[in-house]
Amino acid sequence: MSMREAVERFVPDGSSVVMGACLEPLIPFAAGHEMIRQSRRDLTLIGPISDSLFDQMIGAGCVARVVAAWVGNVSEGLGHNYRRAAEQGMPRPLEVHDHSNFSVSLALWAAAWNVPYLPTVTLLGSDVLTTNPGLEEVDGLVHVGAVRPDVAVLHVQRADAAGRAQAWGPLGIAEEAGLAAGEVILSCEELVNEEVTLSDPNRTLLPETKVVAVVHEPGGAHPSPVQGHWRRDHAFYRDYARRSRTVEGFQEWLEEWVLGVPDRGAYLARLEQDGLRITHHRLSAPVDYGDE
Amino acid sequence: MATSSYTPQELMVAVAAREIADGDLVFVGMRLPILAFGVARNTHAPGARGLFELGLLRDQPAQAFLATMGDPPNVAGALWATRMSNTMALLAQGRVDLGFIGGAEVDRFGNLNTSYVGDRVRPAVKLPGSGGGADIAILSRRWVTLMNHEKRRLVDRVSFITSPGFGDGTPGWRRERGLRGGGPAAIVTTLCVLRFPEGGGEAQLASVHPGVSEEQVRAETGWELKAASDLGETPPPDERELAWIRRLDPDGHWTGGRD
Repeated sequence: MSMREAVERFVPDGSSVVMGACLEPLIPFAAGHEMIRQSRRDLTLIGPISDSLFDQMIGAGCVARVVAAWVGNVSEGLGHNYRRAAEQGMPRPLEVHDHSNFSVSLALWAAAWNVPYLPTVTLLGSDVLTTNPGLEEVDGLVHVGAVRPDVAVLHVQRADAAGRAQAWGPLGIAEEAGLAAGEVILSCEELVNEEVTLSDPNRTLLPETKVVAVVHEPGGAHPSPVQGHWRRDHAFYRDYARRSRTVEGFQEWLEEWVLGVPDRGAYLARLEQDGLRITHHRLSAPVDYGDE
Repeated sequence: MATSSYTPQELMVAVAAREIADGDLVFVGMRLPILAFGVARNTHAPGARGLFELGLLRDQPAQAFLATMGDPPNVAGALWATRMSNTMALLAQGRVDLGFIGGAEVDRFGNLNTSYVGDRVRPAVKLPGSGGGADIAILSRRWVTLMNHEKRRLVDRVSFITSPGFGDGTPGWRRERGLRGGGPAAIVTTLCVLRFPEGGGEAQLASVHPGVSEEQVRAETGWELKAASDLGETPPPDERELAWIRRLDPDGHWTGGRD
């Protein structure tokens, strides 16, 4: 399925969407950019951090609410669109439900396990308890209310057509995000035969039954890194941080990298890829699933 | 750059590295603390391990420059790659000896604000938020924060406590609220080191960096700063520390003196 079709069919206006679940790596930028091109409105974005993807979608006017631990640009600092939205309501007012990294994970596990909340001792003594209606202090514990996303979008190294997604490296909150969400959209570097995925079922993140779309989208996480495939494009984040300081600069950036390209293939054609692709590989030892 | 000179950031990394004891499990965080972990691991703390919240455990520092903890060189050679809730499990169990937290604003009781300057509904500045900061502040055995020393950053009381230190400074504030970790140990700035007394309370001037005057520190601090009885000068980074810092940050991205 193309990213265009996946977003058209499974991310209507008003959806709540988890993205950037692995924190700095494997951020599904291509999916977010397609949502911008299709002028999605009133989205709720859910994640731990988002390393500028949320900032871009907020600046493009797609977002009504953010449920997250951190929104900005990890190597560069503040998110300028996030600031404009929260401080001045530009381009649209933004509702913020603050979390910590730990509590946003618990909110998704609560939804995954189908309970109204999970108790924890984190956030005791923090004013974050006052800026998220889903957090409540009860008898010396914090009850973290379940967050049930409509859809989780995950970028992975490889997947098969049936939706068996395999990722490696740090996984962040990808598993609880996928289990908590109603539906999962995958984008993958490699679309592989099921012989590959079924050879290592421990590597599969989620039950394939959750997956509604598999998009073969190499480079779909750029500028975030993909272990074994792509380095992090630090300069791209720096350029974005610089240009998004003003509304005009951001609009120009958006035109160049999102609105002015029809899809990720065209985006990659525009990108100087030298030095970004990982060429030195480190393969793990195979494991033995022998049964007799 | 001559090895006899160093930037304030290089000094901060060396000071942060010295906070890491051999054998510590360190919740590393981002930027300068990533370098501090690498320096400590290769000098006085060969048994230290670094835990990265997104789901990594390492002994050796990465063999290349890191802009974020999720960069591929930080994954290659890791001891453990896992989900974030597993790193948070170790934190929740009190197994993390030391955490590092970055901050936009800190107050005299060590509370950090990385969320809102001014009003919460229509803030003057919307900062990025907690990330893992609040979790580290509440659950690690002790923690250290690093920041540029400016009057607008070192304030009497923060308007929003993202990551709690010692609250309003009354004895037992953390214990009474159920905060399990020991709280902040030090604030390492571009001008000095502030430390908290055993059991918590108000930050005190512990050492002033070489070439910085006490008056300068006071002028850039938003409260009437008390000095420790043994106030001294911060020992500068030695040759080994500097060599490791420059190996881990060869272009001075984090320590070259730019903001």
